[in-house]
Amino acid sequence: MKIAVLQKGSTEQWIEQIVGNLLRLGVMLAATIVLIGGSLYLVRYGATLPQYSGFQGEPSDLRSISGIVADALSLRSRGLIQLGVLLLMATPVARVAFLTLAFTHQRDRLYAVMAFVVLALLVYSLIGGLAF
Amino acid sequence: MNTLEWTFLIWLGSLVAGFLGSLTGLGGGIVVVPMLALGFGVDIRYAAGASLIAVIATSSGASAAYVKEGFSNIRIGTFLEVATTLGALVGAVATSILSTRSISVIFGIILVYSGFLSVRRWKEQGEIPWESRPPDPWAMRLKLNGSYPIAVGSRSYEAQNVATGFAMMFGAGVLSGLLGIGSGAMKVLAMDQTMRLPFKVSTTTSNFMIGVTAAASAGVYLHLGYIDPGLAMPVMLGVLPGALLGARRLVCARPRDLRILFTVVLLALAFEMIYKGLSGGL
Repeated sequence: MKIAVLQKGSTEQWIEQIVGNLLRLGVMLAATIVLIGGSLYLVRYGATLPQYSGFQGEPSDLRSISGIVADALSLRSRGLIQLGVLLLMATPVARVAFLTLAFTHQRDRLYAVMAFVVLALLVYSLIGGLAF
Repeated sequence: MNTLEWTFLIWLGSLVAGFLGSLTGLGGGIVVVPMLALGFGVDIRYAAGASLIAVIATSSGASAAYVKEGFSNIRIGTFLEVATTLGALVGAVATSILSTRSISVIFGIILVYSGFLSVRRWKEQGEIPWESRPPDPWAMRLKLNGSYPIAVGSRSYEAQNVATGFAMMFGAGVLSGLLGIGSGAMKVLAMDQTMRLPFKVSTTTSNFMIGVTAAASAGVYLHLGYIDPGLAMPVMLGVLPGALLGARRLVCARPRDLRILFTVVLLALAFEMIYKGLSGGL
């Protein structure tokens, strides 16, 4: 192994910058929504006692994408937090989707296929999980 | 303790989780699960849901910095993600056949052993780069090389033992599907010990990948009602700034110190797994 002054290809760096920005944007957006929802949640429930020793599972509206979106649109605190969580969960998916496009654009067929396989498996598990 | 105080304490713990998770490449889950389950008496299913959020938040939050600074290797990450996502699918199917309790114990023992290997490496050689070897033809074909920033300038590296590393990643995926953990430990170990990548590249590329592994189980967790907004909120808002602080710290940290921290957290995780397996839950 040698100390190298090897410069990375500029397209490579271009991908790195966009992936970094994409993740940062997703995370910031998700955190902002959770922060808003969380503030409403604490105003409403801050003085109550937390109940987490037994497992009841979440109510059905907080377990599906459509239910979460509906709750968030009517500005219910728990729905808003859950929407932010959904956005956070979407960041790795968006990242893999972008890489599929970026490798395709670079005509790096091998890596485009790999990223696509990861994306397909990821979407399959996500949708399969929701329909489980 | 009312909900406000409780939320604040979980936020504080999650800050630490994000910091350790992003520095070690293990994700924030290792701290979040025992903190919630043992410290706060939260049901293990809610703790697992919160841990999933911690892992994704650590991964995406810290990766934004690691990728831009040129630590995480996107190609190595993508190549190995094929193995982990395939493995995770196999693992999820295998849960109905195998006993996860004994697997937990075996996994814990493997981690203890790996911890000793990791310790031996910095004791024997300090943290000098792996010796030069003829390049692995697969690494050439798959462009599994790169360079990462060091104190002055950058240092180039190339992956070794690509096929074995890929197989280990498949195993890491199976474990994460079976046990519902991010298996960052196996990822770091495969890249560090087998593929002989520099330690910072191993941990940050693991950090890059664990978000995808965790997101694959997100659908099931949400559907089963494990993701509770009251827990998700402080965990996510704590882990994110923690992960950003960790990412900033990693840049100037000595690889040797990172390896010591990694080994300590790894051993803690090992005992957690063994305990979980023997007691049938935390």
